[in-house]
Amino acid sequence: MEISAKDNDLSSQERRSLANKRLGLKMVWIVAGSLAFAFALVPLYDVLCAATGLNGKTENTATTLKNSRVDATRWVTVQFTSSVMPGLGWNFYPKQSNIRLHPGQVETVMFEAKNITSQAVTGQAIPSVTPGQAASYLKKIECFCFQKQVLKPGETKVMPLRFFISSELPEDVKEMTLSYSFFSAKE
Amino acid sequence: MSTATIAHHDEHADHPTGIMRWLTTTNHKDIGTMYLTFSLIMFLVGGCMILGIRAELFQPGLQLMKPEFFNQLIGVHALIMIFAALMPAATGFANWMIPLQIGAPDMALPRLNNWGFWLLPPSAILLTLPFTLALFGIGDGALATGWTFYPPLSIQGGIGVDFAIFAVHLLGISSVLGSINIIVTLFNMRAPGMTLMKMPMFAWGWLITAFLLIATIPVLAGAVTMLLTDRHFGTHFFDAAGGGDPILFQHLFWFFGHPEVYILLLPVWGFIPQILQTFSRKPMYGYKAQVYAFWGIGALSVVVWAHHFFTAGLPVPALLYFMYSTMAISLPLAVLFFCWIKTMWRGSMSFETPMLFTVGWIILFGIGGLTGLVLADVAADAQYHNSYFVVAHFHYTLFAGGIMGIMAGVYYWLPKMTGHMYNEKLGKLHFWLTAISFNLTFIPQFFLGLAGMPRRIPDYALQFAEFNMISSIAAFVLGLSQLIFVYNIISTVRGGQKATDKVWEGAEGLEWTLPSPPPYHSFTEQPVVK
Repeated sequence: MEISAKDNDLSSQERRSLANKRLGLKMVWIVAGSLAFAFALVPLYDVLCAATGLNGKTENTATTLKNSRVDATRWVTVQFTSSVMPGLGWNFYPKQSNIRLHPGQVETVMFEAKNITSQAVTGQAIPSVTPGQAASYLKKIECFCFQKQVLKPGETKVMPLRFFISSELPEDVKEMTLSYSFFSAKE
Repeated sequence: MSTATIAHHDEHADHPTGIMRWLTTTNHKDIGTMYLTFSLIMFLVGGCMILGIRAELFQPGLQLMKPEFFNQLIGVHALIMIFAALMPAATGFANWMIPLQIGAPDMALPRLNNWGFWLLPPSAILLTLPFTLALFGIGDGALATGWTFYPPLSIQGGIGVDFAIFAVHLLGISSVLGSINIIVTLFNMRAPGMTLMKMPMFAWGWLITAFLLIATIPVLAGAVTMLLTDRHFGTHFFDAAGGGDPILFQHLFWFFGHPEVYILLLPVWGFIPQILQTFSRKPMYGYKAQVYAFWGIGALSVVVWAHHFFTAGLPVPALLYFMYSTMAISLPLAVLFFCWIKTMWRGSMSFETPMLFTVGWIILFGIGGLTGLVLADVAADAQYHNSYFVVAHFHYTLFAGGIMGIMAGVYYWLPKMTGHMYNEKLGKLHFWLTAISFNLTFIPQFFLGLAGMPRRIPDYALQFAEFNMISSIAAFVLGLSQLIFVYNIISTVRGGQKATDKVWEGAEGLEWTLPSPPPYHSFTEQPVVK
């Protein structure tokens, strides 16, 4: 640690005590930096996952069908699972457990939700795809997960998911699972 | 601090007596003693908790406690052992020994040092208070998520989670303050002539530890703060309903959590070679290699975190990266093992208690390291994850590798700190009881894990009954043996055969040039190292 000119008239002990304080404060900057790094990881993680699809998140906006080439040479099986998180009094399940389709082929699958409480409740469905690297190839044209769903007491709603699998899907992926979890959401 | 007062006063002058001495002290030896005492008390508290768990696991079925209480004991046991027993013990040794080893009059920032210690008792209270509150019908007990706080469970949990979050904040601030102090001390306070590459190994171990701490503890603090705001202030960092991701928490937690393992071990790796050279009566082998291995391990430790959740659904390229990088840590670690063994090679060895603990430590920590390699294998981990194999593995690294190492340090330096020799017979008895009962506790757990017994569950299938019974009986022997340790320490502090300045025939280093016990203010004139 350098000692500036104005410190020259201090005793050696005072000088050292000053140097100690300065180095200590420099260390505080490292601490502040790593705290900032922790919070920076939150957006970084989202960016990384969106770029790579590593965490199984699907694009949550509607895709338009641009490249409609159907790859009839191979089949992909998409399985559907559903769950309702604690705090939401709904029944929710897919009307069919799986579908077999060609990449590029557009299909519609219906999901049914029923509010079993006596109050109007808002829910939000969160999708997840396994294996994670397949997530970015699952393209949705229309989905009930794009917005919050409101169910009146006892109401049953049948909701569509219209999607296709991009024909760029890697050859080795022959099966994927699309999971929806319904969460209680505030208005 | 008024620096004029540091230099010239004799041994017991001008410090308050009684409780005020300990509350206001800025003396590194007093603070070191408080850290070590606190650590010993919390070691016993955490030990009692785990004995409650082993008592419940003595037989299949639920006999003693509700599953909720069992879960709370598991999580608080881990937090206490890691943050309130092992880390303060290492910091206590740092306070006592680093100034003596580098020829400094005190730590660089003495008031910060006092504050660093006095944050610990409140955080211990925060961790354990929910148990007491639950007895009066307030809340539903302590943190029941395990020490890892994984959401969504920790978001749904009761008041105990909040207590644990604030406890982690305080513990984190305490160890960050301690680390800053140690870094500044090592950089600014070394005796003239002592270059960095002439520092004792213990100082090197702590320097790396301190840097790891200030780089990773804030990440943990940030992660638990996000948890707190998710719980109470409507944020969605880890809540999938609002676009958050619970896996993100696992990344943040283990970004801290894996370096934490090395934070706990590096100080021990520091003084183990010093003990080895003392009792082998020859210089330590490969000082430079060990220092570079420390740096290598420190650097690798922050890039391998995801091996703690291989089964969370990571993509294959990430799995492969974390598997290979984790296995790469075994290379610098193998260098250390080689140096330790080579230090003993053809030495004139004697086996006083510190040396017994050290040699036992090398073997047991070796088992811990090798079983870690098994878990680092992605394919194997799919089976062993969350099984008792993991529990046995990390107790070989953290009980044998951590706590038994600390015990070696206690026996090694206790005569220097107190001025009295400990009871050698009791020390050896303590070692053999600890080593044997430790192995009998945890070897069965390897096999339980291989057979598929999951960890953190209060009940188990009937085929696991015999091995659990052996493990529980041995755990109680292990726990009770520690009373010998406590008795031996207390009786050494109170009196006993006078220790010489050098204490051990083969001891090397500045701390052995001082009287035993060292005067209240030592090295007011810094020694010159050639």
